Amino acid sequence: MDSFAALGQGFLVALQPAKLLYALVGVFLGTAVGVLPGIGPALTVALLLPVTFKLDPTGSLIMFAGIYYGGMYGGSTTSILINTPGESASMITALEGNKMAKAGRGGPALATAAIGSFVAGTIATVALALFAPWLVELAIQFGPAEYFALMVVAFVTVSATFGDSPLRGLTSLFVGLFLGLVGIDRLTGQARLTFEVPALLDGIEVTTLAVGLFAVGEALFVASRRKHAPEEIEPVRGSLWMTKEDWRRSWAPWLRGTALGFPIGALPAGGAEIPTFLSYTVEKRLTKHPEEYGHGAIEGVAGPEAANNASAAGTLMPLLTLGLPTSATAAIMLAGFQQYGLNPGPLLFAERPDLVWGLIASLFVANAMLVILNLPLVGLWVRLLAIPQPWLYAGILVFAAMGTIAAKPSLVEIAMLAGFGALGLAMRVLDYPIAPMVVGLILGPMAETQLRRALSISLGDPRVLVESPIAAVLLAVAALALLAPYLIRGLGRFKPAKD
Amino acid sequence: MAQAGHRSVDRSAVAVGTGLLGLAALTAWDASRLTVTSVYGMGPQAVPYLVAGGFVLLALGHFAVAARGALPEREPVDRRAVAWIGLGLAGLIIAVGLGLGFIPAMALLFAATARAFGRKAAVADLAIGLILGFLIYLGFTRLLTLSLPQGPLERLL
Repeated sequence: MDSFAALGQGFLVALQPAKLLYALVGVFLGTAVGVLPGIGPALTVALLLPVTFKLDPTGSLIMFAGIYYGGMYGGSTTSILINTPGESASMITALEGNKMAKAGRGGPALATAAIGSFVAGTIATVALALFAPWLVELAIQFGPAEYFALMVVAFVTVSATFGDSPLRGLTSLFVGLFLGLVGIDRLTGQARLTFEVPALLDGIEVTTLAVGLFAVGEALFVASRRKHAPEEIEPVRGSLWMTKEDWRRSWAPWLRGTALGFPIGALPAGGAEIPTFLSYTVEKRLTKHPEEYGHGAIEGVAGPEAANNASAAGTLMPLLTLGLPTSATAAIMLAGFQQYGLNPGPLLFAERPDLVWGLIASLFVANAMLVILNLPLVGLWVRLLAIPQPWLYAGILVFAAMGTIAAKPSLVEIAMLAGFGALGLAMRVLDYPIAPMVVGLILGPMAETQLRRALSISLGDPRVLVESPIAAVLLAVAALALLAPYLIRGLGRFKPAKD
Repeated sequence: MAQAGHRSVDRSAVAVGTGLLGLAALTAWDASRLTVTSVYGMGPQAVPYLVAGGFVLLALGHFAVAARGALPEREPVDRRAVAWIGLGLAGLIIAVGLGLGFIPAMALLFAATARAFGRKAAVADLAIGLILGFLIYLGFTRLLTLSLPQGPLERLL
């Protein structure tokens, strides 16, 4: 199918007034949660899953994508103005961005972040539209063995390759796989790990796990640290506009950031932290103003901000074409597709082109909305940071409880929410990553289904898993990725965080 | 806490490793009770056994790390703040369990969390929680037509 014709059809869907409204709500919420510390896009989408259950699927998915993009924009505002990233993908931005704000150049820092995000998001979405049909062609040839191998790659890269410690990442993943086993086995109808509790027969809700780990766990953790020193908000002084010099120094980092962010986001490598980190390093090496690094170099904001938005678009590629989530937010978006009975993958492109292309087209719309929301309205977002911490976290917990109760109004569910919250606290205190557990819960049952399907087609012969060249290569990649952390220790210094 | 940094064994890694062994035993025991198996390919117990095996390996990894010595000291946890949030969550469970309804449950959770973060104005926070719960309840039941737990208060609406 011709990408451009399909994309044109997508715009017809995305530009309907109702869809525009969903996109606007999405980017608005996304920016807000990106700005606020303690909640990120993954958690927000998880909270909205039960709420959107009865709404239009296309509209809801457009809203979720808007939240994802918006979170990337909003996170940079907090990084630049208070040196506390609202979102882990913006950690690097704080390095130079906050220095710029302290030097009275907060306006240009916000502008290069927002415009860079727009440029990167737009280019990366074009790349998504161009490459997705190509990947779909490839994915049609995938059988159960290939899908299983692909999921093994995702498991390894998400938990072991780019984490702080492969041992802790894999532990988190395996607990997720364990939780994924709970419930009725789909092939034989037997209950596994339910311990005669009827509420567990349906399995563990993704919402409950994600909200418990992210929201309740984070609230407990922040409360347990009780840093009462008020954060200093740098007022935005001077002009928001970038000078000619700023533009000249920004455009190349934007493009390089995009070139790093999109492919890395598309690989099953887990999130946006790596490309932002790489982009920062590259810009630091290429800059003509090395003396400014550490004192507010605009390249150090432009590159990483472009990279994190491009990676968000990149993440959507394996999600839409293969049904393979490579970050916590994408994993929860996959749960969003599933709640409407939709399975991302080649079939979805064939059966619901309106939905898939409408979603891709809406990303362009969301990007345009975000630039407008973020630059002139930056004062509004900064005011969000003035919400007193007790009310902010009390509100987060109320919404967390609301999302869980709405998903499944049972005492067992609320008790599990509290339990996962305690687990989230323990994991933060002991420095275990959280995203692998969520990915394990969502992807684990899918991987098991593919594995068992592959083996029943082959009548139990395990060689089927490596007979296809694609599957064999993928499994080799997974094995290599498991060993990689020991080879590239340098990346280990950089901690990928919560979501 | 001066000696803590010089501990020869990392106790938290031992604790996590032990917990993982427990999970392995639980998973394997549960899998052993599954009676129906597939004629072709893998039965429902195969993946649980794989996961249990993975837990055992990870437990051994934790013991190896623990034996290598203590990790850098961790920041102490403010137990009182954690206890307040725990109390709020317990209040939520009890309120829903006793059928007090959604709105009072939210008010309890809101006030307890605000207390955990150092606020001391319980009455005002309870009131904010009530209003928030009320708005959410109306939004859910009227706009989204989803049901939430009802108590005496909600039945009046």
